[in-house]
Amino acid sequence: MGPEFLAVLQILSLALLAAGVLFYVAGSVGLLRFPDAPSRLHALTKADNVGLGLVSLAAAIYWGEPAIAAKIALVWLFAIISSGMTAQLLARAAPVADGSGSPAEYERESGT
Amino acid sequence: MSAAFDILLCLMILATAGIALFVRGAFAAIAFFIAFGNLLGLAWLALGAVNVALAEIAVGAGVTGVALILACSRLFELGDNLADVRTPLASRLGSAALCLGFTVMLAGVVLTIPPGDRLSKVVAPLLPGLGIENPVTGVLLAFRGYDTLLETFVLLGALVAAWSLTPDASRRLPPTTMVMTDPTSRIVAEAFTRLLAPAALIIAAYLVWVGSDLPGGAFQAGAVLAGALVVATLGGVVVLPRLDSLAARIALMVGPLTFLAIGLAGAALGGRFLAYPDGLEKTLIVTIEYALAISIAAGLALLAIGPPQPMPNNARADAR
Amino acid sequence: MLVEGGHVFAVTGAVLAGLGFYSFLVKRHPIRQLLAANVVGAGVFLMLGGLGRSPGGADPFAQALVITGIVIAVALSALGAAMVVRLAACGDKDEAPLGEKREGP
Repeated sequence: MGPEFLAVLQILSLALLAAGVLFYVAGSVGLLRFPDAPSRLHALTKADNVGLGLVSLAAAIYWGEPAIAAKIALVWLFAIISSGMTAQLLARAAPVADGSGSPAEYERESGT
Repeated sequence: MSAAFDILLCLMILATAGIALFVRGAFAAIAFFIAFGNLLGLAWLALGAVNVALAEIAVGAGVTGVALILACSRLFELGDNLADVRTPLASRLGSAALCLGFTVMLAGVVLTIPPGDRLSKVVAPLLPGLGIENPVTGVLLAFRGYDTLLETFVLLGALVAAWSLTPDASRRLPPTTMVMTDPTSRIVAEAFTRLLAPAALIIAAYLVWVGSDLPGGAFQAGAVLAGALVVATLGGVVVLPRLDSLAARIALMVGPLTFLAIGLAGAALGGRFLAYPDGLEKTLIVTIEYALAISIAAGLALLAIGPPQPMPNNARADAR
Repeated sequence: MLVEGGHVFAVTGAVLAGLGFYSFLVKRHPIRQLLAANVVGAGVFLMLGGLGRSPGGADPFAQALVITGIVIAVALSALGAAMVVRLAACGDKDEAPLGEKREGP
């Protein structure tokens, strides 16, 4: 690999990192600004999962080794699975905690 | 660049700690405490202490967070609104003055000590004799074996003490039912466990194995397994043992007893207590670590979940 | 040079310990005090870690000591939390709770 190629990879990794951070910022703004628990979770999980994917990709490119890339991919996978699970559990628990009714009631109201 | 990162990280640590310590709501405080623990893990990474970073994030932030959140929700169910009582202004000012003086003194003392890892040079030449390359594992299991042995017994003692808080009537109950009451949530947690548990087992086994040469070890592996156990109890995949369950007791004791037995065998074979015979060091250390990982996992999970709750918690949720 | 690499973390640790002690003194709820004690502990660990840092790596003894400390801290926090819950379950009553009728030791 020539030095130009490495420089291109570095720039690519930086660009991915910046894009990832942007998604994280968007998710955090959503968490702070959205009115109720389900929409906050929606902002947090979706934007942050994209952000995490971009940052992981950036890190994998930055290190440039297949073994490390595979480990990063595993970390990404587990983070996504657990964030999906916690988001579901939180979303089901949130209406109860808000005092606005049980999850079943919430589903009837929102028509899901 | 690196110094700037360090300073920024330290400021973030102080900010999250400040919020965790002084925010009004108890649940918010614990949430910020967990964030604080994760940032602290990053600080340990920046210090080059990957072993500690793993332990801090998994045990310091994770397990402590679970234990505190469960305690808060139990207190809430018992009618404690978790509100903080405002201390009088005079005592707040006095405390502030005291703590400020303390901090300034401590920081002043710290600044007089030049940082440096003076003991690396002492440990490094001794490691080849053990067949181990991770100096932290070497210190934990060989050079300071006493500390680690006693530490595992402290963990066990804390669990026994926590369990001894239960009224006699509930000794026969499982420690606590943690199964989610909402059926859909339970299915989600159950499916997640079925994905997670095998991976957690592999990761834990890997962490112990790799811990002899690279960052990892029994405590980190035990914390991973403990996390998996806690999630598994949420989905009802793992049913918590009764306090008089033999299997639970074996799991809790296998690590400390293996450690103790190997230590005594070292003494019996002519060496000192906790001295490993020549040539067998690595084998024995890895054996102890696997046994310890099982006991630490069981101990941390049961400690985090807490002792049986006599009143509200056990009545429901047993519908399986 | 006054401030070397590890000093940033060591001083942060000292400030954490001070903040934690202040919170411990002014917050009256036992759960908050447990949390404060944990922050004090974390500050002490960070002081150890910061002072054990060199450009080449971290002091293995300090690391081992801190790992031991973290595990002890979690064990005692969990025990403390269990005691707080048990105390709340007993209420303010002076007698032994839940039909636990025993003679004194």
